[in-house]
Amino acid sequence: MRIRPTFVLPLLVVALAACGSNGSGSTSSTNAPGPSDSASVSTSAPAGGPITVFAASSLKESFTKIAADFEAANPGAKVTLNFGASSGLATQITQGGPADVFASASQKTMDVVTAAKLADASQVFAVNTMEIATPPQATVAITGLADLAKPNVKVAVCAKEVPCGVAATKLFEANKLTITPATQEVDVKAVLSKVELGEVDAGIVYVTDVNAAGAKVVGVKIPADQNVTTKYPIAIINTSKQAAEAKAFVEYVASAPAQAILQAQGFTSP
Amino acid sequence: MVPALLALIFLGLPLLALLIKAPWDRLWQVLTSPTSLDALRLSLTTASAATLVAFIIGVPLAWLLARQEFVGRKFARALVTVPLVLPPVVGGIALLLAFGRRGIVGQYLDQWFGITLPFTTPGVVVAEAFVAMPFLIITVEGALRSLDGRFEDAAATLGASRLTIFRRVTLPLIAPSLIAGAVLTFARALGEFGATITFAGNLPGVTQTLPLAVYVGLEGDPAEAVALSLVLLAVSVTVLVVLRDKWLRTGASA
Repeated sequence: MRIRPTFVLPLLVVALAACGSNGSGSTSSTNAPGPSDSASVSTSAPAGGPITVFAASSLKESFTKIAADFEAANPGAKVTLNFGASSGLATQITQGGPADVFASASQKTMDVVTAAKLADASQVFAVNTMEIATPPQATVAITGLADLAKPNVKVAVCAKEVPCGVAATKLFEANKLTITPATQEVDVKAVLSKVELGEVDAGIVYVTDVNAAGAKVVGVKIPADQNVTTKYPIAIINTSKQAAEAKAFVEYVASAPAQAILQAQGFTSP
Repeated sequence: MVPALLALIFLGLPLLALLIKAPWDRLWQVLTSPTSLDALRLSLTTASAATLVAFIIGVPLAWLLARQEFVGRKFARALVTVPLVLPPVVGGIALLLAFGRRGIVGQYLDQWFGITLPFTTPGVVVAEAFVAMPFLIITVEGALRSLDGRFEDAAATLGASRLTIFRRVTLPLIAPSLIAGAVLTFARALGEFGATITFAGNLPGVTQTLPLAVYVGLEGDPAEAVALSLVLLAVSVTVLVVLRDKWLRTGASA
């Protein structure tokens, strides 16, 4: 491949622009900063129109099933799911992201949306707790939280700005542990990935994430008296053009079949 | 005329929006917070180290590609350009699979020497060097190839050794391209995000460079992310200004 000198620098500048700063960045496969990029735009369609649900990453498996069941129970209904860290989703919504429903992993991130007058009331639909995820062929034995404070143990947690990071901080504080993580990922699924790859010895994730990962990680349960709980609120977004469908979806999430799916995943009822 | 104007507006508007929407009232406060200073210091040191690595092993490779015929040269040249077109996060995954704790080379680094690269500052340098080094290699190779060989021949006929020729004839002749390549490499390393967050992780003070701080900042306080973005914008503009004259000339000075 002969590179002609005259084209070298312009070519390089183009390449620099193409894959330069903040280029193809996100490790979370579903969340990208900026509104409207991964969700369908809800237009004013007749009853039974499509709705877009922004949901926390930890709801990925359960909400995918719940959405499919909702579509089956309501012919003509279409649910598009946008998963990501709740804090990032809240930012997207306040920046104009086209959400009809928001299901977040913390009241704090829901408050961001209600404070911006984009949601009125929220209701808690599930409760989650934390668990330690370890790689399958672990070289370091982890039996509980105290093991994470040992010097050679690499721990991955979520970033402090993200709900699961807040929960991890509370977890360590409640148990009086000083743990310096090896990395603070922006998404709970990213923490899970680092554990699955064996790059860290342990990751603090939700119980539901360990269940969802199946054989890819080995979970170490945290006793209830050491654990922290997180409430998951859900709300209809005021700017939704499919208010009726959004309401129907929220009600479905609170109903028995959806609750059964959530509990099978590891959530507990509020 | 109109399309050109549209292009200008298209490129300029987002940058203008960044300047307009920046939190000017608390800009100084945000930029001098420990997180921001850590990120800035880390970014500058790792980008510099990555550029140095690119120089040490990249320039010899550029020389080899430009001057030496060898089996597989075309393949080597293609290999060098791969990091340019590879999505950075893919680069990060590839680095993990090679140098991670369970990587094909990384596992031996860990077992035999106790060296782990992920989640360390050297890991950041590796990730940045991986994506940025091709810029230097290609620039220098281009410069070497378009160099008028007669100067070096003349020096040889005057009795200069190969090292002297390289030091006193070749190097000064390709110096402008060397500088341009180094600046591009530095800028690319500074702005690297995907490979860094995937391979080196994100830990303030250790691996959280400016682009990572911006991304994480978006999760908590978008205004803070905008403030940090201004710093990166300022660096990018500086790079462009420095390279301004180079665009209009060919890759070599001659």
